[in-house]
Amino acid sequence: MDASKNVKIHVSHLQKSFGKLEVLKDISYDVHEGEVVVIIGPSGSGKSTFLRCMNKLEEISGGEVVVDGHNLTDRRVDINKVRENVGMVFQHFNLFPHMNVMQNLMLAPVDLKKATKEEAKERALQMLRKVGMEDKADAYPDQLSGGQKQRVAIARALCMAPDIMLFDEPTSALDPEMVGEVLQVMKQLAADGMTMVIVTHEMGFAREVADRVLFMDGGYIVEQGTPQEVLLNPKEPRTIDFLNKVL
Amino acid sequence: MIQILSKYGQMLLFAMGQTLLLALWGLFFACILGMIFGLLSVVRNKACNVIASIFVDVIRGVPMIVLAYFIFFGLPYAFKNFLGSRITLTALQAGTAALALNCGAYMAEIIRAGIQSVDPGQMEAARSLGLPYWRAMIRVVLPQAIRTMIPSIINQFIITLKDTSILSVIGFPELVNTAKNVIAISFKSFEVWGIVAVMYLIVITILSKIAKRLERRLNRGRK
Repeated sequence: MDASKNVKIHVSHLQKSFGKLEVLKDISYDVHEGEVVVIIGPSGSGKSTFLRCMNKLEEISGGEVVVDGHNLTDRRVDINKVRENVGMVFQHFNLFPHMNVMQNLMLAPVDLKKATKEEAKERALQMLRKVGMEDKADAYPDQLSGGQKQRVAIARALCMAPDIMLFDEPTSALDPEMVGEVLQVMKQLAADGMTMVIVTHEMGFAREVADRVLFMDGGYIVEQGTPQEVLLNPKEPRTIDFLNKVL
Repeated sequence: MIQILSKYGQMLLFAMGQTLLLALWGLFFACILGMIFGLLSVVRNKACNVIASIFVDVIRGVPMIVLAYFIFFGLPYAFKNFLGSRITLTALQAGTAALALNCGAYMAEIIRAGIQSVDPGQMEAARSLGLPYWRAMIRVVLPQAIRTMIPSIINQFIITLKDTSILSVIGFPELVNTAKNVIAISFKSFEVWGIVAVMYLIVITILSKIAKRLERRLNRGRK
């Protein structure tokens, strides 16, 4: 971790409950500019919930999440403005099925008056080229494979020119042969210096791309460090147990 | 038969026009009511949800004939005796209100179900891009919801058109009411009811055909 870099996401003592069920118990962590943070852990450990608290898709029950200097628990903060700077990619893509690829990409920038139609189209084409989907601009989501959908979803998020990208198990719903193309795009993003927080089960990808790996279990961050430390020389018994099962 | 048609045909046609007029007014306000209460039942606000569910439950729990009597006779009476002011409602106004409330409650349910049938991930994706709730609703959720609602809405339109016949009880000169008058003069109930049935059948068949075409057009380009 490079201390000279800015903190993009500051999380302290984050708690999240769904009714009586306490999913996140006490999470504190700072994501720095340009860092790629990968969160791993067994299902039900709270890793997706943690990620979704970073753009307030989940209401925060306790503690603080500060994104780019905006405290999400402060009622005066306009969450929509914060979200414009935080792209999110979902497990099930969530492309808008009634719009073609180009319309999917142009919706938010044009609707939020971030760009004129021409500018938005220009940027959309640029982003489609980046993810290798420029020839599918007129296609509808139904006509795309899972891997293609996810690449379009990444391009859609990038069209808002975010500083931070959140990935919620982006390859979990894909057929195995399509995982590579999505990871490739994400690697490219990481190489371009994007600040990324990724929930994934792709250990190989984590080892290769992550700056930091967090292992979560039972609503806590159990272990954290470089991929070397966490994935190759885990210290906590729960981490060792988990890695033995998945590797 | 020919005799009746030539003698009373024009009257019955005019009455059909009145039926359609009543149905159109009723449906117009029903759509507005349905949209309002449908949306109130999906927003994340307890008070709004409760208001919507009370509206739907009350209206659905009261037969439309009672509703029509209540609005046409009950309301002016209440105004006169409890508030000391006079209001008079025409049969068209009262009929439209009864029809709109009744159909509006069912429309609200159709719209609620339609919106809830859209994957919540759609709303989340739109919100994650920075769209405010209502922009996300209008641009992303509603266009998808409307496609699934269309068959139910058309069905509701047809039911409402037929329900106008109930409003003969408050004296609105729609088809059934007029038919009764025609029979009172001519004593030909078999022929007249037969003609009336065929008239409804024709109008509703045309409506269904138009609806089918519309539905097909909206679903074009979608697998």
